[in-house]
Amino acid sequence: MEILIAVIMLGGIALLAGAVLYVCSREFAVKEDPRIAQVNALLPGANCGGCGFAGCGGMADALTKGADKGSVDGLNCPVGGGEVMSQVADLLGMAIANGEPKIAVVRCNGSCKVRPKTIDYNGLRTCAAIHACGAGETGCGYGCLGCGDCVDACQFDAIHINPETGLAEVDEEKCTACGACSKACPRGIIELRKKGPKGRRIYVSCVNKDKGAVAIKACKAACIACKKCEKECAFGAITIGNNVSYIDYSKCRLCRKCVAVCPTKAIQAVNFPAPKPETTTNVPKQETATNERKEATA
Amino acid sequence: MNIKTFSIGGIHPEENKLTHEAETQVAPLPHQAVFPLSQHIGAPARPIVQKGDKVKVGTLIAEASSFISAPIHSSVSGTVAAIDNAIDATGYRKPAIIINVEGDEWEETIDRSDKLERLVDHPELTPEEIVKRVKEAGIVGMGGACFPTHVKLSPPPPTKAECVIINAVECEPYITADYRLMMEHADEILVGLELLMKAAKVTCGYIGIETNKPKAIALLTQKCVEVFGSTNYQVEVVPLKQRYPQGGEKQLVDAVIGRQVPAPPAIPVNVGAIVQNIGTAYAVYEAVMKHKPLFERYTTVTGKQLQKPGNFLVRMGTTMQQLIDLCGGMPEGDNKLLAGGPMMGKALTSTEVPICKGTNSVTILTDDDARRKEPQPCIRCAKCVSVCPMGLEPYLLAKLSAFKQWERAENEAIINCIECGSCQFTCPAHRPLLDNIRQGKQTVNGIIRSRATKK
Repeated sequence: MEILIAVIMLGGIALLAGAVLYVCSREFAVKEDPRIAQVNALLPGANCGGCGFAGCGGMADALTKGADKGSVDGLNCPVGGGEVMSQVADLLGMAIANGEPKIAVVRCNGSCKVRPKTIDYNGLRTCAAIHACGAGETGCGYGCLGCGDCVDACQFDAIHINPETGLAEVDEEKCTACGACSKACPRGIIELRKKGPKGRRIYVSCVNKDKGAVAIKACKAACIACKKCEKECAFGAITIGNNVSYIDYSKCRLCRKCVAVCPTKAIQAVNFPAPKPETTTNVPKQETATNERKEATA
Repeated sequence: MNIKTFSIGGIHPEENKLTHEAETQVAPLPHQAVFPLSQHIGAPARPIVQKGDKVKVGTLIAEASSFISAPIHSSVSGTVAAIDNAIDATGYRKPAIIINVEGDEWEETIDRSDKLERLVDHPELTPEEIVKRVKEAGIVGMGGACFPTHVKLSPPPPTKAECVIINAVECEPYITADYRLMMEHADEILVGLELLMKAAKVTCGYIGIETNKPKAIALLTQKCVEVFGSTNYQVEVVPLKQRYPQGGEKQLVDAVIGRQVPAPPAIPVNVGAIVQNIGTAYAVYEAVMKHKPLFERYTTVTGKQLQKPGNFLVRMGTTMQQLIDLCGGMPEGDNKLLAGGPMMGKALTSTEVPICKGTNSVTILTDDDARRKEPQPCIRCAKCVSVCPMGLEPYLLAKLSAFKQWERAENEAIINCIECGSCQFTCPAHRPLLDNIRQGKQTVNGIIRSRATKK
């Protein structure tokens, strides 16, 4: 009998609470656009913040609201890329300008070999700490510090410090161009650049703003702002300012003439097929010759 | 008698005052002098000379570019060789004026006689006139922080100064430049103090000196009675117990007048005190009475391995290498070169860094003294908490900074940190506490500033 009372009491409370919950869920329901959840499901769900919002939810909300207003320009998920964005566009019935796929590029070529250590830093080993207390262990006040603040910032395991060169290297397969590494780098070396057809791209792998003579003293691979590349470029893609060369990737046609003339090999061309026989005989020979000469003088 | 000191925290590192009794030598003129445009807190000075211009000793070469800024005067006579980037104490190449030295010709306006000028003989010196001359002479705090002195002397209303405290503590190990200055120029310093008191419109002054300098305490106490005994100024020499960081403004105010400066943005004048370094008092005397802008200073060059450590009167712009050569050259092996003392000094990456307005010492530590030990896990002994002179919890702040918890770090008052390094000095686990806290403090300060500009 006592058990029956308990069952009835509990059952009654359950029914009452259920009824209250039901009424509340109907009366106080927050009406959310169902498309937000659908868009959110399409997004990668990494919550990396690469789009500029705190997470994918914010991006989905902005996309849906943008679609209602008639424009989603400027919204792009760097991680999902064109594929995800076109799916989202289909869902929302919008045309989305297909953002060019980008990739993080580390603009420093100052490996341990070419950039000799001048001092022995003994404090906290983070890039931010070293950057705050001076030029770092080498004479270059602009180059990669090699302590991996970018590695810690990357959520995709796409950037690592190469122990041989002491420089950060981007894993092209994994990089989603979210820009976290670029923000984490206290020296602003990492830039998001157009990935290029078949991943082919050309960039100046140096940001040293010192005058050529000073820069080359600190690092043999520094851009010395000799202007050879600027003269060589037929498309006006290269500009020299603040003693450093910069290639505008929207103008660059990947002809690689600048790469050939750069005396310090500061201009990098990646993912190009092996050079044709005639260039293999010419260019690398010169390089090895100059390298040998440098070593001899050093 | 109970010797005064500040109320919380503090350490007592080994003093190593190797050059206490070494009389000041005049350093020879450099061949080339380098004047970084940013030698002070605030906006960098704006150069007003061009390549090829002839300058004399004391010629204005760069003017103040805003209220919190200071002009720079040439310390040498010669020709401007370039306005170019040169390495400075930050370790980076920053804009600087480079002058090739030719002869030693001074501006005629500078009074080079040794005659002691007294304030009573100069009724034309109103408080405004004193501040104006201090500003024009480019005087900044000579203790190392380099805050423009004229700004300190013009406190924003409604704050009102009640006293001037002269910082003659010199609590940093190794450094003796202020001590030598006191022993050699006590009369001038007291006139400088009188000028500072007049400029700040107060009649009360204190000189805080640590008890490891008994001769200076005796000398200044006697001179104070002679100079101020019959005037309406009340000046007292306050002997202080040896404790680092007593030379910090806030600690000194606490030690001398027993008032606590609240958290930033409050400054000592919020509790009625204007703190000036002893070197600043001397520079003020020279600027106001002798029309001599700030272009030379007392600097200690010291280090256990150095052959002949000494105190020097140096023209600014002289490279450290030159001073080190005067002391017998850089010792063999790995050394750590510091602008300033071992606690607060800035580690340098080059000996080509010039002496600036705030360089009170060039300290060379041996590898054994300087090299850090491998950090061990924190054992929560709270030694850092008990030595922190600002009452912070360094172990926590360091952790929060390392994990980028900026909001919590701000709530834990990370911006109160004066970066004295007592926590790191005392940590038995050799943890890089200050390295982390400094990062956090910079970031949190940036966040606070961006919040203020958004509003």
